[in-house]
Formats: sequence, C-alpha cells, structure tokens
Amino acid sequence: MMRLLRQQGWVVGLLALFVVLLVVAKLIQPSYGAGDFGSLVRAVLPYAFAVAAQTVVVIAGGIDLSVAAMMALTSVTAASMMHGASEEYALLVVPFVLALGFGLGALNGALIVFSRVPDIVVTLATLFMLQGAALLVLNAPGGGSAEWLRNLIIGTVPIPGLPDDVTSWFPKALLLLVVLLCVVWIPLKRSRLGLSIYAIGSNQLAAFRSGVPVARTKILAYAFGGLFGAMGGLSLTMSTGIGAPIPGPYLMASVAAVVLGGVVLGGGKGGLLGPIIAVFVLRLARTILTLLAIDPNVTAIVEGTILVAVVMFGAFIAMRSRSR
Amino acid sequence: MSITSTAERAPLGQRMKRFMSDYPLVPLLILLAILILVLQMLSPGIVNQRWIANTVKFAIPLALLAGCQTMTMLTGGIDLSVGTAATMAAFIVATQAVDNPAPVAMMIALIPAVLIGFANGIGVGVFRVHPLIMTLGTSLIGVGCLQVYQRTVIASGAKVPDFLIWLGTGVTGGFPNALLLFIPVAALLLFIQKRTGFGRLLYAIGDNERATRLAGVKYWQVILALYMFSSVLAGIMGLLYMGLIRAPSLSLAEPLVLPSVAAAVIGGTSIFGGRGSYTGTIVGALILTVLTTLLTILQMPEGARRILFGAIILLVTAAYLRIIEDR
Amino acid sequence: MTGQPLLEATGVAKRYGAVAALKNASLTVLPGEVHALMGANGAGKSTLVKILTGAISSNAGRILVRGQERDIRSPAKARLAGLVPVYQEPSLIPDLDVLSNLRLTQTPVEPFREWIRELGVPDLDLRDMARDVPLAIQRVLDLARALAVEPDVMLLDEMTAALPANLAERVLDVVKRQSQTGRSVIFISHRFVEIAALCDRATVLRDGETVGVVDIEPGIEERIVELMLGAKVEKKRVARKQTEGEAEGSGKTRVAVRNLKVGTKLHDVSFDLKDGEVAGVVALEGQGQDELFAALAGSIAPDGGTIEVDGKQVSFHHPVDAVEMGIAYVPGDRTEALAMQQSVRENIALPFSAAFRNWGPIRMAREGATVQNAIERLQIDTRAQREVQRLSGGNQQKVTIARWIAADARTLLCFDPTRGIDVGTKQEIYKLLRQLAEQGKSVLFYTSELEEVQLVCDRAIVIFGGKVVDILPVEIADEAALTRAAYGLARESHDEVGVLAGPHAAPEARP
Repeated sequence: MMRLLRQQGWVVGLLALFVVLLVVAKLIQPSYGAGDFGSLVRAVLPYAFAVAAQTVVVIAGGIDLSVAAMMALTSVTAASMMHGASEEYALLVVPFVLALGFGLGALNGALIVFSRVPDIVVTLATLFMLQGAALLVLNAPGGGSAEWLRNLIIGTVPIPGLPDDVTSWFPKALLLLVVLLCVVWIPLKRSRLGLSIYAIGSNQLAAFRSGVPVARTKILAYAFGGLFGAMGGLSLTMSTGIGAPIPGPYLMASVAAVVLGGVVLGGGKGGLLGPIIAVFVLRLARTILTLLAIDPNVTAIVEGTILVAVVMFGAFIAMRSRSR
Repeated sequence: MSITSTAERAPLGQRMKRFMSDYPLVPLLILLAILILVLQMLSPGIVNQRWIANTVKFAIPLALLAGCQTMTMLTGGIDLSVGTAATMAAFIVATQAVDNPAPVAMMIALIPAVLIGFANGIGVGVFRVHPLIMTLGTSLIGVGCLQVYQRTVIASGAKVPDFLIWLGTGVTGGFPNALLLFIPVAALLLFIQKRTGFGRLLYAIGDNERATRLAGVKYWQVILALYMFSSVLAGIMGLLYMGLIRAPSLSLAEPLVLPSVAAAVIGGTSIFGGRGSYTGTIVGALILTVLTTLLTILQMPEGARRILFGAIILLVTAAYLRIIEDR
Repeated sequence: MTGQPLLEATGVAKRYGAVAALKNASLTVLPGEVHALMGANGAGKSTLVKILTGAISSNAGRILVRGQERDIRSPAKARLAGLVPVYQEPSLIPDLDVLSNLRLTQTPVEPFREWIRELGVPDLDLRDMARDVPLAIQRVLDLARALAVEPDVMLLDEMTAALPANLAERVLDVVKRQSQTGRSVIFISHRFVEIAALCDRATVLRDGETVGVVDIEPGIEERIVELMLGAKVEKKRVARKQTEGEAEGSGKTRVAVRNLKVGTKLHDVSFDLKDGEVAGVVALEGQGQDELFAALAGSIAPDGGTIEVDGKQVSFHHPVDAVEMGIAYVPGDRTEALAMQQSVRENIALPFSAAFRNWGPIRMAREGATVQNAIERLQIDTRAQREVQRLSGGNQQKVTIARWIAADARTLLCFDPTRGIDVGTKQEIYKLLRQLAEQGKSVLFYTSELEEVQLVCDRAIVIFGGKVVDILPVEIADEAALTRAAYGLARESHDEVGVLAGPHAAPEARP
C-alpha cells in the first residue's frame, strides 16, 4: 500500500514540477501562452511516443535501444508512401505503418527470445538494421505527408460551451497523444497480457512457474513497443511533412524519461503516466533555457547536467527507499 | 542407460562444440580467417603485408575503446561516454598543441577524460545510477562543453603533434607504430584482469555484488577507479586516433562507440558481468575492422551495410552463446 | 490406496551437456498417498520435480497421469494435467499484489482465502505487494494457491524449510488431510521426523536413479539413509564432551552485545560470545535474528545499544569494518555469498582483494597455497571448480565457509548454514565448527533445525519477539526445551506446544 502511495506520489510530484516550470516560463516571458504550449505539445509528441515504446519494454524487463531507429524507419516509410499520393491513400498508409511497427517490434522480441542473446545486444543489432533499412527506403530527407494527417496536430480542440481562452490550451496534438496512448495502454494494462508483462519484468522465473507464457509475453511487449514507435514515426512525418532516415535523439531521451517517470530499469514496476509527464518536464525545461536566451551550446550542457542530476537524485531516493 | 558411454561416443557436432567451449577463442579466430579468406577471394591480392599493417592500424583504436567496454562490462556496466572522452582529448590536443609543447597539450587533453570518468564513477558507484544512463548523460554534457570550447579556440587553428602522427600513422619495418602503445596497454589490461586484486573484484562485482559487499569490498571505490580508468584509456585512444585521422572534428570518435560495444560482445564478454577477457575483445575488434573493409570493397550501399553489420553482431553473439552454454 | 496410480513416471532422464542430472528415475504415486521423494543433494530430486511440473523437459522417459500420457512440457500444461508444484523459492511475482498473482495463475480467490485461514495466516491483505510479504508467509501463500486449484498431485519441495514451527505444524496438518480426499502429495524433505509423521511411502533417488521404494514404518530411517548414501552411515554426535577445564565462562569475551536494537524487529538483545565456543541462536521465523546477524556483520546500522569486540566498543558502517575486526558472516542463502560464475579459488580468495591496498598484483603461489589449505580442510569436492555454480549445494556452502577459514576470521556468524544440504555435508560442517572452537575461535550459529543445537553448540541463546528470552546450557537444550523457549514459554512450564513437539521429543530424545 505504501509502495502504491509512493509510486503515485512520484507522479504527482512530477506533475507539480511541470506546473512550476510552466509558471517559471510565464515569469521569464510574460507573453508565454497557449500558442507556445501548443508548440511544446507538438514538440513533445514524438518524444512521448518514444517514451511509451520504451516504457512497455522496460516494464517487461527489457530495454529497446532501437526505438529511435524504429521511428526513423516508420517515418520514412510513411513519407515515401504518401509522397505524391492521394489524400485517401494515406488512410491505408497509416494502418500499414502501424502494423509494420508492431511486426518489427515483434521481430525484436522474437529475436531476443529465440536467439537468447541479451536484449541490449539484440536491440543494438536491430538499431543498426532498422537504421540501414531506413537509409534504403530514403537516402536523404524527403517524401511527403497527407494534408489531413498534418492537420491532425495543428490547432486546438474546439470544445462547445467553453470560451476560446480555455480551449486554446487544448491543442489537438495533446488530444491525439492522450487518445492514442489510452486506446492502447488501458486495455493492455487491464488484460491478463498486461499482468504477464509486469510479471516477467518482476521475476521471470516466478512468472514462468506461475504458468505465464514468457516467450509470447516478451514478444508481445516488444511488439507494443514497436507499435508506439511507429506512432512516433508517424508523428515525426506529421509535424515535419517529410521523413528523415537519420534517427533523432530519442533513445537517450526515452530512457531518461522512463527513469525519471518512476519506471525501474530492470522491470516490473511503474506505469505509463509518469514517463509521459517526465518527458513534458524535460522538454519544458529546454524551452525555458531557450527563453532565457542562453547560447544553444550552453543549453545542451545545462540540459545534460539537469538530466544527470535528476537521474542521480532519483537513483539516490530509490536506494534509500530500498534500504529501509 | 549409461551416460558415460554416450559421452565417449558423442557425435562429431557435440565434440566440436565442447572443443570450442574449452577454447572459446578458436571460433572467433576461425571467423576472422573466413572473413579474410572471403576478402582475398573477392579481391585477389589484397591481403598483403601492407593491408595487414593497415588493418591493424585501424583495429587498434577500436580495440582500445572496446577495452573500456570490456572492463566496465565485467562489472555489469557499460561506458557510452568513451566516444566523447576520446573526441574531447583529440580535439583539445590538436588545438592546445598550437601554443603548447606536445606533452603539455596531451596532459591538458586528458583532463576532461579524467573529469568524465570521475563523474561516471560517482554517479554509478555512489548514487547507483544505471551505467547506461549515467555515461550517456555525461557524454551529452561533454559534447556541449566541447562545442562551447570550440568557439573559444576557433581562431587559433589546430595542429596535430608530430609524435601522435608518427604513432598513429607510422609504420616501422612492416609494423604499425601504434603497436608500441597498444601492446603494453593490452598487456596491462590482461594483467589487471587475471593477476590483480582489482581485476578479481571486477569479475566478482559483476557476478554478485552483495557477495562482494559481505566479503568487505567497497563498491564505490572499485566503480570509481574503474570508470576513471576507462575514461583515461578512452582519452589516450583519442590522442592516438587524432594521430591517425589528423583532422580534428567534434564527433571524431563517436562512430566507434557502438562498434566498441559490439567488439567486446563478439569477443565473449558478458554484458551482464562476471565473464569475459580482453583477448577475445581484441579478436572481436579485428573481426569488425576486416568486416568493414569487406563491405567497402563490396560497394554496398550504406543502408545495406548497416543491416549486415547488425545481423552479424546478432548472429555471432547467438552462435557464441550456444557454444559457450552447453558445457 | 490401491487402483490405478495417479502419476506414473518411468525411465526419466535429463542431461545438461555432458552432465547427467537424472539417469533413470521412476516414481509411482497412488491416489490418496503422501509420497516422500528422498535423496542426498545432487541425487536429482529437484530435477525430477521440475520435469514433472513442466519447468524443464526430459530427454527420455514416460510420464502417465491417470494412466494417460499427457503433455506437461510447460508449467501451464502441467497445471492443466493436475500437477501443481510449490517450489523451494516462492513463485509469487514480487511486484504484483497477491490478488493479481492469483489472477495470473487463474486461481479462484475464495478457496484461496479459506486455505490461508486454514494455514494460519488470517490477516492478509490481498492488496499487499508480494514483495512486502515475509518470505515464510510467501511460501504458505504459494501452498494455498496450489491447494485452491485442487490438483490431483501436489509437489512440495522442502515445504517446511525456513518455516517457523507454528506455520510448519499447520502446513503438515493440511498436507496430511489433503490425502484423505483421494488426492496425492509428493513431499520432498530432509527431515525424517516430518516424513515419518506424514508419508505413506518413499521413493529414494541416488545419482539420478531410483534405488528403492519403501513403505514408511518405524525404523525405516536407517534403511532410507542406507539407500540414499549407498552405504551405512551412523549419525554421529559431534558435540564435545563437557570437560571440566573448558567449562563455560573460561574463554575471553570476544563479542559483547548490549541492549542491541535494530529496526522494528530486534528490540533488546544482550549476550556475550566467548573465544572457543559455539553459541547457538534459536528463534522462530522473523524474531529479529536476521537483524541481529546483519548488525553484527556490519550490513545494517543498529538503532540502539552497543557492540563491543575484545572489550572495545565498535560501530560498523560497512561489512568491511566487521571483517577487519575478524568477524565474518556466512549467510544461509548461498547465492548471497558466492560469485557463481567464478572459480572456487577466486571465491575463496575474494576477501583478500577487498581492501584498496590489496588491489595490486596477486602473489599467486601464496594465495594458491592458502586456498588449497582451506579446500582440504573442508574437503571440498573440486572436480567442477572452474565455476562454483556447477558444485552441489553442500559443496557451495563449504566454499562460503572456506573463504573465512582462508581469511583466518576469528569469529564466524553462521546463519543456518546447513539449510537444505545433505546429511553427510552437515556432519562435516558440524565437525568443522567444533574444531574451530577448539582452536579458540568463536562461532555464533543460528539454526532452524533444533536438533543441531545439541550436536554443535555449547549453549543456546533463544530469541523471541526481538528479545533474548533464555540462554540454555547445552545439556538441557533438547528440541522440546528449545521449542518451548522459542515460543517464549518459561523453562519450568511443561505445557504442550503442538504436534511437532511430539515426534521431535520422541522417546529416545527424552532425558
């Protein structure tokens, strides 16, 4: 029970930190408002999906180094398929790319299960392979995106009965993020598969002895990771309108946000909410540094230091609670 | 149902497996030989003394970085900041050598490596941050610092000390001069692993940290020393690599980081700790270097090359695992 | 007890590479019987159990359930076939609450509730994380979970090991009643007392083969031991005779514990440990003995009280502080003390390299001699010494002790060092501890097997509710007396303390 409270306490703390950072942003630049918040959410979108992908896998006791490469591959696939194609064609592209992500994720899992090679090595290898595949699909940034897809994350959600001042704080991108995550995550977490994912992350031997199909569960966990990765790839194409074959900085960001969000590396603990809020916090911290007109190079140093300091602090807290 | 007689009449496959598990280096060397053979067949005459010297020359920096991975992996860790430590050392030595004598410039160049190692050691050893995260984080900070540093020295130009060029690119009597650095370093690493108390502790910590605690080992001391050692080794590699490449850049050694992990893994070091040896890592670095040459000769598109590279890492590790585990 | 066997396994074999864990095992379990599976460590009991419950698959052999060949190649399938195990290590998922654990194994909740009440754990919140439930209780929950699905054959591996006496008693009671419903139990245990009280027949394994099936009747122990060891062995008393010169109080006080308080479990413990003695510690599960040993070993800091070593007050911040005072801790759980993938030599020599000043080059010859000396002293079987994990449990335990013999520790804190190891090795460990005491070293020896007190110790410190409730001289520390004391009953009282006291204090054990 205390554990549960602590867990939720962590999430609430993160949320509070996010609000404090919003206030700080407002203080630094009084004109910081709904529009800026909207662009923050759009910037967060790919990161959030990367984090979701990493979270599922980490809870199952693994780690996915290939998440950024997965996003690059799905992004260029979508972009090159939609390039010059009709708007309706994109209706087919989206499910295809999502299925591709799911399948490649499952392949990741299957390779881990059947090769019995440690996940960190397998996903390192698939990191190379997916990167290579992305380069084969598109040699340089290019392709295109359907207009309706791009519009999905532009603008705000009109809520009847609420004044514009309020609705302007509900960007479409946020709605898309919340809906997609909930549609996948909530049924998953409630299902026996979800329990099994936590079980194999917590203690694989005990899970096996409890009759959990460990291999299948692990493969599915990676498959869901792949699915979130594909969503991330699509969101990249949506926000830039093209696909880029070189993976972005999503691996480090996803691992850091997972840790910051209270999901223990090693598996079995945590949820999705914490890491998602954590990624918002990290992005907002970066925005604030930019608002302070700090040299972007120095920003990188400060951002890295904050990241390391926060992770160290988190590890310290975890250590103290363990020894109690 | 007599087991002993089954063992005596074990099928050929079984016997070969056991042979390979008793001599884990053999399969690696066979793979290396096959790769060289394929290379020779694809491009007859390529394998000559000059090619060998060249291959060794390029394998040495990789093997040095992979040495960092081997040492940290023994404790169940990993050091992803080696690329940054090496790049910083390389960049700083090239810019500092303009105004300072070479030895001074080299000493200055190693300072960031020491600092990165110290930060890693404190983070992993005292605060118990996962090494993957900690070293990625410090490397992020390092890159930021390097960018800021670059703008302060942008006007003064760069100069690679002659000694480093001699060491990095020179060949004496068919042998790359880099061996003068590498052989003592490799001997030192192997000696540490096999014959020192520190080496024993690395293996034991990777195997069972609680047991080492009960035996009176202070974890943070070992980890701090380890990551500082790893960083300084990476810094030295950066100096050597500067002499080899001769063109300072802000991401000089970065492309070698993931291959360095691959080399250690192919060489049989367990990423979970407790198992491995630098000998295997050296062969692993050679294999990766030959493979890169092979792919360049085949004129593979970059994409296909990476796919193959990944597949080989996976296949070799899986095969190796099977040979090792059925002892 | 007649009719078709519920379970019939014949010619079961399992190889790991060149090592045969099981060569030719057979086992027949009749409806309604409690069937003991016995054998020395490494005889293949655990392997057979794992095969029968789908945790691993066999290389050869036939397994019939109710006369039919069933697919039991995964735990889930074995479960469907009616074979449900309770393993030595709890199988609850630590990061899920108990309820989710039940859902995971599709265990009906209501029967489970009833069983845990029956087993004596009434006040359990099913929302508790399994991680937060004490280990002994977790095992009981595992048992209740198995019982709740009403399996045809239940396999209990060392079920009562590490259980406090009160829980063990309930467990045995439930197991016994289980057989009256026509279901069967396969019962693995090192404790003859339990087997005598519980089982109908026993199958004995030796070196991976079934060497005999016997009916349990009075006096059968000798026969079983004979079968297990392949030669007649006598149970020897190792305890030294109480000679006048060495009477209690002669040795110098080595460790003096005063009013020690640790966390919520250990409240107020005071005693002396003298040079040249083996002091037994006896307690039910969770009475603070873990905390006591951890504090003495420097693993956790006490919250109050003092520890004096050789008359000087000490405060330990890390196990190294204790090690430097010559105090070494030997945990009962071998996996806690050993680096499993390293060699016997590296494991024994581990403390030599611990301090910063010893990180340099190792003097191989000198180290080799010291290690060899310790290996011989403990008669460790070094055929598989390249990796400690390939040794048998008993030999592994010897390595954990050999380490501190080699390091020449003056005081050993042994926490249940004989748990789950075979009779032969136990005897050797008893002998070793006595020898150490004769050399003037001191040993603090916690044991969950009460008979060991009179075999090894000079006196018994009994802890109950975090306090020392009695210190018994060895002559009167028989199992009955210790059991009473461990329950916190006064020494004079002769109240009945439960069924366990009966068989334990069987005729010949009574003074």
